[in-house]
Amino acid sequence: MSGPSTYEPKTGFERWLDQRLPIVRMMHDSFVDYPTPRNLNYFWTFGAILMLCLVTQIVTGIVLAMHYTPSIDDAFNSVQRIRRDVPFGWLIQNIHATGASMFFLAVYIHMFRGLYYGSYKAPREVLWILGVVIYVLMTATAFLGYVLPWGQMSFWGATVITNFFTAIPVVGEPIQQWLMGGFAIDNPTLNRFFSLHYLLPFVIAGVVILHVWALHVTGQNNPDGIEVKDKADTVPFTPYATIKDLFATVLFMIMFAVFVFFLPDALGHPDNFIPADPLKTPPHIVPEWYLLPFYAILRAIDFSIGPISAKLGGLMLMAGAIGILFILPWLDTSKVRSMRYRPVARWFFLIFVAVCLALGWCGAQSPDKVIGQAGEFTINATYKPAAGGEQTLTATGHTLEAAEKAFEKQRAATVASAGAGELTTTVVKPFQFKVTQFSQLLTLYYFAFFLLVLPILGLRETPNRVPETIAKAIGAKRGAAAEKGA
Amino acid sequence: MAESAVPAHGGGGDEPTRRDFIYIATGAVGAVGAAALVWPFINQMSPASDTLALASSEYDLSQVPEGQQVVIFWRKKPVFIRHRTAAEIAAARADDNAPLPDPQTDAERVVQSNGQPGKAEYLIVEASCTHFGCVPTFGGGSYGGWLCACHGSVYDTAARIRSGPAPANLVAPPYVYTSDTIVKIG
Repeated sequence: MSGPSTYEPKTGFERWLDQRLPIVRMMHDSFVDYPTPRNLNYFWTFGAILMLCLVTQIVTGIVLAMHYTPSIDDAFNSVQRIRRDVPFGWLIQNIHATGASMFFLAVYIHMFRGLYYGSYKAPREVLWILGVVIYVLMTATAFLGYVLPWGQMSFWGATVITNFFTAIPVVGEPIQQWLMGGFAIDNPTLNRFFSLHYLLPFVIAGVVILHVWALHVTGQNNPDGIEVKDKADTVPFTPYATIKDLFATVLFMIMFAVFVFFLPDALGHPDNFIPADPLKTPPHIVPEWYLLPFYAILRAIDFSIGPISAKLGGLMLMAGAIGILFILPWLDTSKVRSMRYRPVARWFFLIFVAVCLALGWCGAQSPDKVIGQAGEFTINATYKPAAGGEQTLTATGHTLEAAEKAFEKQRAATVASAGAGELTTTVVKPFQFKVTQFSQLLTLYYFAFFLLVLPILGLRETPNRVPETIAKAIGAKRGAAAEKGA
Repeated sequence: MAESAVPAHGGGGDEPTRRDFIYIATGAVGAVGAAALVWPFINQMSPASDTLALASSEYDLSQVPEGQQVVIFWRKKPVFIRHRTAAEIAAARADDNAPLPDPQTDAERVVQSNGQPGKAEYLIVEASCTHFGCVPTFGGGSYGGWLCACHGSVYDTAARIRSGPAPANLVAPPYVYTSDTIVKIG
């Protein structure tokens, strides 16, 4: 991609070093003279923003580890001590905690960018897969880190997640005990989670190096999804991409700072300010916002399919929701990379984004929450008054409680005065659309998008005409703009 | 394995040589050695001896008044000991033949680990929902037993799963009565 190196050592020392370790040459070829497509938009700045996020988390994390105590008796208090007593601990802890959310916000934009512009298609399959590996490592790291403050959500989140493994037949429970280092979440669990939480970011950093390496072999994709053909299609990384990345990063940091200084706990859960109590489960366990869509998929399966229990089925779909990204390059059959030139796929994609957001909403709700219902609850009763004959009684209400209340009122008024004997009642329930059903529909679309829409649409859709080169694509855009202006 | 990679020394053509044998033997010993080295690093995460040493707890049941329950720790896991009322036992027995997701009779729910029948009035089960491990609350749900608020699993007065996503009844830990009132769990 980058062609022959244009680096020329200027000083004697640089020449001496270049012949022994050409590291300056590598940096020059990768980040200075590296040709980038000239049509990149601001969605392409999230790579740099993610680099910043990773560095931020590692630096603040190392500092926090100097003050944190990974023991079930001291962990909660040590985090409070960091927030209250350690000089600038409040700042560093806030950056680390909100930084996790910022990291995921940026990675989701980065991933949706890749989906929309077809950045996973040949020859960038390995680049994409490495990205998914980074994402999986990020979720693991975030989960491990969330356990460390040892609040109620930490403890019960860890309990629920480690219990996932018991859904696996036969080996599930031994694996769970192996992960916990005991029979329940306890000190050994906290210690190993701390150790692994410290380790994984460096593993991520390693995979990031591979990710960037793969990127520099294939070159960047671009909003038009057209391969770079010659020099007219590119601009040098420095100053063009450098300044653009820097500008976007500054904007991102402003938003980051708003959370750090003004809303540090807005993205967390108040239950995590209660020390962990193994005897008391919070009424509503939820993960952090960035894992809610997957939590919704997990809970959407409330039925068993043959030998697969609801528990195992939910777990398989949740794992499958991320796993499917690994084979995405081979699911999409369209030769056209960018959805800019795919008029139908674009709409399916926009619905997909909405579905992911809606799944996130579902994950935060109680699964029994009623979203909508057709009609009302009706209680019908028949009774035989002392005077003879048969009388009926009907009460309705928007909820069962309301219907029962209305029914009691009528009964007190009529039946009591008529001196009725036995009452026979039947309750008619209206159709209720609950969060679980909504999650099921959304989960269906999530998987259909990958398994039906992308494979079939690629063969049937008539794409718009794709310009031959990036330069021509820009020319066409400018022409259209000039025409509009005239 | 080695035919293509290693030029044949002496001997003839495709016949395996002494060197092929040595390569395979070395590789095999190396693989076994690597596995033997990896195992301690994997197994160190299993429950340690001191954790396993907590494997049994004794409890004096006379401390639990009728209609009440206590929660004790066994292997750091919370365990319910419920002193059931006659009405609760009757309700559980009445449902012995009801369609249950995880069929067990009430008598089977209180059996000791040595196979002897236990005491019907003391129900001893782990306080961990078989769905994802939350602690169920007594008095919730429509079967007079426990309700797990996390995902809505309902257990009856014998802690059998009746509705909701949990796949199984609350697990009864192994226990034996060492005297009339002392129970040894584990």
